[in-house]
Amino acid sequence: MMLSSLPPFALFFIGAVAVGFTKGLPRKVLVLAIPLLGGLNLWFNVDPGLHLQFQFLGEYTVTPFRADKLSLLFGYLFHLAAFLGFLYALHLGDGDVDGAVAEEDQTGGDTAGLQHVSAMLYAGSALGAVFAGDFITLFVFWELLALTSVFLIWARNSERSYATGFRYLIIHVVSGVLLLSGALMLANRTGSIEFGHIAGELGSDGSGGLIAAGPGGWILLIAFGIKAGFPLAHNWITESYPESTPTGAVFLSAFTTKVAVYALARGFGGADALIYIGTAMTFFPIFYAVLENDLRRVLGYSMINQIGFMVAGIGIGTALAVNGAVAHAFADVIFKGLLFMAMGAVMTMTGRTKGTDLGGLYKTMPFTATLCIVGAMAISAFPFFSAFVTKSMIMVAAIEEHHYIVWLFMLFASAGVLEHAGIKIPFFSFFAHDSGIRAKEPPKNMLIAMSIGAVLCVLIGMFPRQLYALLPMEMDYHPYDTTHVLVQLQLLCFGALGFITLMKSGVYPDEKRAVHIDAEILYRKLAPWLVRTVGGAVARIDAYVRASVLELVGSVLQVAAKAHGPVGPLARSWPTGSMVLWVAILLVAYLLFYL
Amino acid sequence: MSAPGERRPDGEAGQEPDHGHKQPIGWMDKPDFVKRLFLAFYAICGVLIVAEVVFGKATEHPHPYEGPFGFYAVYGFISFWFLVLLAKPMRKLLIRSEDYYEREGGDDAE
Repeated sequence: MMLSSLPPFALFFIGAVAVGFTKGLPRKVLVLAIPLLGGLNLWFNVDPGLHLQFQFLGEYTVTPFRADKLSLLFGYLFHLAAFLGFLYALHLGDGDVDGAVAEEDQTGGDTAGLQHVSAMLYAGSALGAVFAGDFITLFVFWELLALTSVFLIWARNSERSYATGFRYLIIHVVSGVLLLSGALMLANRTGSIEFGHIAGELGSDGSGGLIAAGPGGWILLIAFGIKAGFPLAHNWITESYPESTPTGAVFLSAFTTKVAVYALARGFGGADALIYIGTAMTFFPIFYAVLENDLRRVLGYSMINQIGFMVAGIGIGTALAVNGAVAHAFADVIFKGLLFMAMGAVMTMTGRTKGTDLGGLYKTMPFTATLCIVGAMAISAFPFFSAFVTKSMIMVAAIEEHHYIVWLFMLFASAGVLEHAGIKIPFFSFFAHDSGIRAKEPPKNMLIAMSIGAVLCVLIGMFPRQLYALLPMEMDYHPYDTTHVLVQLQLLCFGALGFITLMKSGVYPDEKRAVHIDAEILYRKLAPWLVRTVGGAVARIDAYVRASVLELVGSVLQVAAKAHGPVGPLARSWPTGSMVLWVAILLVAYLLFYL
Repeated sequence: MSAPGERRPDGEAGQEPDHGHKQPIGWMDKPDFVKRLFLAFYAICGVLIVAEVVFGKATEHPHPYEGPFGFYAVYGFISFWFLVLLAKPMRKLLIRSEDYYEREGGDDAE
């Protein structure tokens, strides 16, 4: 079929134009139909292979549409995420949601068109990136991911969201520039711009081939790492998600970081460094998540923690580990999307997302609370929920490859997930102390989108074979046995028991209206301070040099004025006779010298 | 979609504390129910320990440290306490006022 050779992003880009020119019901139909049709087309019509390829500048082969099991899995996932995201955002533009807050904490209804077009282009860019067979195409979509999604932050329409959006844009543009630089260096060495495995062949001792990747490969790793939220480059996630619109955060959480996970899985499978980077990512955010008050920012830290598991899995590099990383990315988009949807629903209906402001919402938002709990159980990896069958693949692979200490860290991080995402998110928003807020349930489209997400969390958990069949590598893994279910329940239930004892003994820290310093201080405080300090020093040096030079020029002018001024010796008019005398003397001297 | 005990027929922004109206009573407001819930949870924890006695642990790829009885239960419990006990001094070190980045000296400063 002709549609099979049409790159998946094309439908979304064309669709975005159509969405921009429509309103009301036609727009609603369009935003749902595009991901649905695109997804069905991908599922039924597109087989692995090179579907679109041409020559660029004579010597380079550009491949805008390459499909294999890895890219197809992300392709299905992104269509699903786009469909759920648009279903969740379907009420935008309908006017005020009954009972919702629309003033200081905008629901984004007045920017519905902008948000829909932006989200459509954003989803298309994500698809473009995962089906890119070469670095040039990847670079274009890499940058488009940032340029199209920033409007989901700016649509919040506040001073803070503008500033956050600009920082988000700068960080991602830097990542894109690094990607292009690294790709060009790699192409210069290999003569090809094909996007394949970058890390080089594994050493005979199994050590990752990062060194073999060369400087180009390292720069590419940094470029991918920025988008994946590597330590020190992670704050764009915790900054931008809480500042986006309630519906925008659902899209943001689905695409950018997962494109990065895809890129790492394709380019750096088996690179040892990723095991330790990933483990660090699972570990440090859970401390921040305990302290953080803004529950969407907690979800941002939770996102880094989950990506940490994926990155570590990619680093371990075995078939089970990489499959685990990819499967966990698939599950994460759904359960994290569900949690962001639940918090977005709370934000839409109450205007608040902070733990200090919320509590007791289960009384008037029981459906949202229930769906949020399903998402919380899924991310916590309770048996029969999605993360149980995906995250465990990475953990088992870590044991198989004798990464015992790494495994202990991951197990600790798993308990941390239960703390911040499994308990804190639903507990502080829907239970805890009664805030007195009596908000209604969100619009039906939001509830339906959340319900589909919740059902998928359970379906993946109960029937993992269907997901496993889509994974890129051959493997034989059975998540359900008595011991696995038992020990996982022990870990989670006794972790929860720990939470209860912490609360009852008053040790658990209160939610506080505050910020906790993180790596963002480097570019939000230190960099401006450096610019001011260095700039000030440069200005002072500049002023000193200018003053000194002016003084010097002044004294030279003074000397010149003394000599050439009206009374200066060199300015006097001399008689012609003395001139002739001097010429005669010179001629005589010349004659004597010549003779 | 009206929830049990909903007392806001006016449909106004539902964000304000509703002190003027009768407060809906939820199951969390009933101490007896909450107590029973906790007891049920403690019972589940007990069952999980007994289950390890009955079924034992038999994994295909055992971790060298997971052998001791109740390893996962103890690890889960200690993890939570460790997490919180480390986070508390971390807060003392890192906490700043909410407008820390917006104040003069930050990049958002006017």
